[in-house]
Amino acid sequence: MGASGNMIDVAWSMLPEYLGQHVLISAAAIAIGFLVSLPLAVAASRLSWLRGPALAFASIVQTVPGLALLALFYPLLLALSSFTQDAFGFGFRALGFLPTLLALTLYSMLPVLRNTVTALDEIDPAVRTAALGVGMTQWQSLVTVELPLAAPVIMAGLRTAAVWVIGAATLSTPVGQTSLGNYIFTGLQTENWVFVLFGCVAAALLALTADQLLSLAERGMARRSRPRLLVAAVGLAAIVGASLYVQSDGAARPAIVGTKSFEEQYILGALIGERLERAGYRTARRDGLGSTVIFHALEAGDVDVYVDYSGTLWTTAMKRADMPGRKAVLDRLSSWLAKRGDGYVGALGFENAYAFAMRRDRAKALGIETLADLAAHAPQLKIGGDFEIFSRPEWNGVVKAYGLRFAVRRQYQANFMYGAVANGDVDVISAFSSDGRIAQYDLKILGDPKHALPPYDAVLLVSPRYAHDERFLAALRPLVGAIGLAPMQRANLMVDRDKDKATAGQAAAMLEAAIPR
Amino acid sequence: MTPMIALDSVSLSYDGGARFAVRKVDLEVPAGRFLALIGESGSGKTTALHLMNRLLEPDEGRICIDGADVRSAEPAALRRGIGFAFQAVGLFPHMNVAENVGITPRLMGWPQDRIAQRVDELLALVRLPPAQFRERFPAGLSGGQQQRVGLARALAAKPRIMLMDEPFGALDPLIRDDLATEYRAIHDALGLTTVMVTHDVTEAFLLADTVAVMREGRIVQTGPPGELIASPADAFVRAMIETPRRHARRLAEAMDIRG
Repeated sequence: MGASGNMIDVAWSMLPEYLGQHVLISAAAIAIGFLVSLPLAVAASRLSWLRGPALAFASIVQTVPGLALLALFYPLLLALSSFTQDAFGFGFRALGFLPTLLALTLYSMLPVLRNTVTALDEIDPAVRTAALGVGMTQWQSLVTVELPLAAPVIMAGLRTAAVWVIGAATLSTPVGQTSLGNYIFTGLQTENWVFVLFGCVAAALLALTADQLLSLAERGMARRSRPRLLVAAVGLAAIVGASLYVQSDGAARPAIVGTKSFEEQYILGALIGERLERAGYRTARRDGLGSTVIFHALEAGDVDVYVDYSGTLWTTAMKRADMPGRKAVLDRLSSWLAKRGDGYVGALGFENAYAFAMRRDRAKALGIETLADLAAHAPQLKIGGDFEIFSRPEWNGVVKAYGLRFAVRRQYQANFMYGAVANGDVDVISAFSSDGRIAQYDLKILGDPKHALPPYDAVLLVSPRYAHDERFLAALRPLVGAIGLAPMQRANLMVDRDKDKATAGQAAAMLEAAIPR
Repeated sequence: MTPMIALDSVSLSYDGGARFAVRKVDLEVPAGRFLALIGESGSGKTTALHLMNRLLEPDEGRICIDGADVRSAEPAALRRGIGFAFQAVGLFPHMNVAENVGITPRLMGWPQDRIAQRVDELLALVRLPPAQFRERFPAGLSGGQQQRVGLARALAAKPRIMLMDEPFGALDPLIRDDLATEYRAIHDALGLTTVMVTHDVTEAFLLADTVAVMREGRIVQTGPPGELIASPADAFVRAMIETPRRHARRLAEAMDIRG
């Protein structure tokens, strides 16, 4: 009770920023979508060659899952940005507002497009003939007769678009746009159901409010009632205005702390943010970024500081397949980063390695100690992994080194994996070595005698913008070598456990207290 | 004297020349004349009418209004000077009666008070008491009332020409006869030049000064009703005018028996 009450307080404190951002991105997407769809629909209703392609395009966009649509714009914009950088000497931010705006704008187009085309089609041909007969130009006929007659149906389309966009905007968190989705994504990763519920309810209420105000405007138009239109316009303007006010609160761009989508990252993000704030920097968070997206984001300046893992950078960013050992990987990584102009602060002291884990009793019963032992039993076993592991080079390395083949392969949200192996849904999981639940569920980590898995030292990276900012680096340096595996596991468990669940901020404070001054 | 409307060898095909909706049509309508275009469905009468105010453009030939080629003006500007009324009426459902009637003057930029005054004049002319009808919407009017509003709308900008396509076709016989008679009076009072398309031969003979008969895109015969009755150009025209003649005969017989 106390804990969830505390969670609600924390959730409320984030509401102005999350809701404000959500409103602004949605309003911008709906407005631009409407301004593009309306003329396109008018053109499509007049030009038969355009109608098919326009409607088909909008329908196809609609069939792309919202999350995928958002994700696709990131590499597209990144490529475009590096092109404009080369060709014209300026780039732009490929993460956050822009990809979200483009994806949501596309997403908003179908209902307005389809409703407008249908409404214009259904206008009585006699009315069109009469409009020309009384001496209207095509344009006058459109503006004074056809669009007013189509307005109620167009408005209904706009309402649908608004509800869709407000819903889909909750998916913008992984591409770095703050929204009410931050509650949902963070909550899902840390099993904080209060957050998840809070985000869902807030997004639903916002969608409902927008729908009601637009419906008021629709009735105002249909009955030509000025008061209704006025109330609707004032209501919508007030929501957007308040959001703008909340966002304009503060001038310069804050230093952006990025995190990947699991609890350890949120804790370290809170720890880093707190340190930078104390050093006098204004900070903002980009939470739940994709594992490889986040490194591109750092180099593009969309994220200023975050914690990555040496093995991940070694295999995915540096594209190395050899395993020269823990120390050598760190050395080569730091010089590789320096050459690219990225800042490398150092290793924090613990490793969060991919490690294959089984229930201790099950491993004992089968006589499995290492991955080499596992190979013989694998064809009868089920393996569970997070969303990334099976497509990562590390997996291919392990499979090749030990000749692993499993009967069944399942993918989980990272924090459901541990429960799945504990209750026997799967036999083996690709665990993370710093996760507190390994100890909680008494799991056995299987040995890697062939060293097929690279080392995964947690390393602190800084964007080129701050790579030479001494005050910035000085605020972070005390973290280097200061966080051991045991404290990190304890901190992770504080956030993961079901009873007395702590926030990432509280776990970060616990880590901070243990750092030598 | 220049005719008010003149068609000079006008042709139009909807299928690139395979078949012609209107073929080499010559027609002259002097100022002040009431001309009825009659013929079966598909004979090209509506097409001929739509060519006069550029709702359609001909493939060949020349159309002049008051001596000037219609192509010398913007279509919208041309149509503002020509009244147009048709069977489906096409009142604008989102505008009230006064806004519907005042639309062409509004497009021409008349001042508000002059439009309001003109709307009242016209509603009185078509016998709809202005105070009672000004604010009403088309959906709340009977068929006859809608056609009266349509007529008022066509006359609003003081056109010298009226083009009408089966304007009374959808009305009850009694209302239809009333309205047709009223319109003929308006035509005379305002000194209009009227072209009316109809497939009702009796209506054409009773209202028009001149009747033009169309068949398969061509004009077969043009002349005053009396001339058509006295000397039909061919068997087709003869058959056409036979119908009202037979009706009249039977009606007379029926009345004789009752009387």
